[in-house]
Amino acid sequence: MPDTPLPDANTPSASSSPPSNGRRRFLQVAGAATAILAAGCDSDSGMDAPDAVILDFSSDVGVLNYAYALEQLEAAFYITVVDNFYASASDDERRVLTALRDHEVVHRDFFRAALGGNAIADLEVDFSAIDFDSRSAVLSAARTFEDLGVSAYNGAGQLLDDPSFLTVAGKIVSVEARHAAVIRDLINPMSADFAGDDVVDGMGLDVANAPGTVLSAAASFVATPIEMRNL
Amino acid sequence: MNRILRLFGLDDDPSASPSTTRREALRQTGQGLAGLALSAVPLALGAARPARSRAAGIPMGIEVHGVLNFALLLEYLEDEYYQMGLDTGGLIPDAARPVFAQISSHERAHVEFLRSAVSSLGETPIEKPTFDFTAGGAFAPFTNYDQFLALSQGFEDTGVRAYKGQAPNLYSQDGSTNTVLTAALQIHSVEARHAAEVRRLRRMAGVDVHEWIVGDDVDVAALQPVYAGEANTTHLGTDATGVTNKNREQTTEAFDEPLAREDVEAIASLFIQS
Repeated sequence: MPDTPLPDANTPSASSSPPSNGRRRFLQVAGAATAILAAGCDSDSGMDAPDAVILDFSSDVGVLNYAYALEQLEAAFYITVVDNFYASASDDERRVLTALRDHEVVHRDFFRAALGGNAIADLEVDFSAIDFDSRSAVLSAARTFEDLGVSAYNGAGQLLDDPSFLTVAGKIVSVEARHAAVIRDLINPMSADFAGDDVVDGMGLDVANAPGTVLSAAASFVATPIEMRNL
Repeated sequence: MNRILRLFGLDDDPSASPSTTRREALRQTGQGLAGLALSAVPLALGAARPARSRAAGIPMGIEVHGVLNFALLLEYLEDEYYQMGLDTGGLIPDAARPVFAQISSHERAHVEFLRSAVSSLGETPIEKPTFDFTAGGAFAPFTNYDQFLALSQGFEDTGVRAYKGQAPNLYSQDGSTNTVLTAALQIHSVEARHAAEVRRLRRMAGVDVHEWIVGDDVDVAALQPVYAGEANTTHLGTDATGVTNKNREQTTEAFDEPLAREDVEAIASLFIQS
């Protein structure tokens, strides 16, 4: 099926609207709490916390930015893993974790480009709770991120108005599900855990989570405050 | 007019303001009925944004129950395949039985779920066809475990592509509760977990395959149609290879591609006794 072109602010057709203007305009249209936004966007405010990121679910751009936020988180996680493999990492684990890093980086880069001037800022991550020298800690965190990503895309599909966005989300979520299965198999090989009863219910359905649930679960790994609007 | 803003509903045209989402538009047409039952009505799109809907490629006249029956065909196929595999003594090594028992239980659950979903729409679930998993003698999956694994991979990857391709046809009519769409996505990711695990089993058995799809690579020639188009790197008009420092192979791995219903049916038909 042909993809519907998604022009971004970096393409000539949109060049009349610089990225910064596009983002500001989006945020204005998105509406609520312009004052908070203005404060949040003031990088000279001297606050320690990073500027807040707004996810406005009243339009598809907010949903796509939500996905972009999760991909940023996953990419940052695997980059850290691969830059400092735990000592016992097998060749197979290195192959898997390196590939997962590459896939998440592609997802992150794709969303950034597709969103263009409407993309949220780079998130600051906080992995201080993860012991990257520990195999079990790394694989456990990976399982959390992958299962969470799957549940996020499954829950967000119905929030997308444009079917071409739904299709691209589908192209990505099945790769996340593949990741989840592999990581789970590394943790408990040749068992039922790759699609365990903790994530697949009696009707054979995987988890679907609403954005609030997902972002709560991810919150401890993200230093940047994320505000959700219009859910 | 700035095209991206229009696409995102962010321009100044009040008819395309953020509040007029497709969900809203569908509600405003007054076609909303309750729950699953309303989805039985052929998808007639709301009049509020017909231009965008057409441009976005929503086919007209797709019936949700038809999509579910199409999915049911694949689930029948998978369910019977794994049941026969598990029932064939000496085929599946003991070490792999927990994996296939889990997959089998999911496919059985999917059959029951889809039959019930079609019935709840007031329609009739299709009957299970008579399958021939040798595809007329081309395969011997129940006497050759390598072939059992290869066909399993093909079925799972086909299932992933099939659900992905049909997802846009499953927006519910009133949009308030996209129960069917979300359930289809929830099955879709389970199939992807299965596909990855089966691929991993094959890798452990020495086959040169990864848990994800690399380009449109296939190690069994007969399965080539399952992977046609998987090497695509352009999504939403953006060639992903041009916006990342990862190479083409890695970029193809990061995206699974949908497969059109007729292509899926052509694959499935090879295993249906005529």
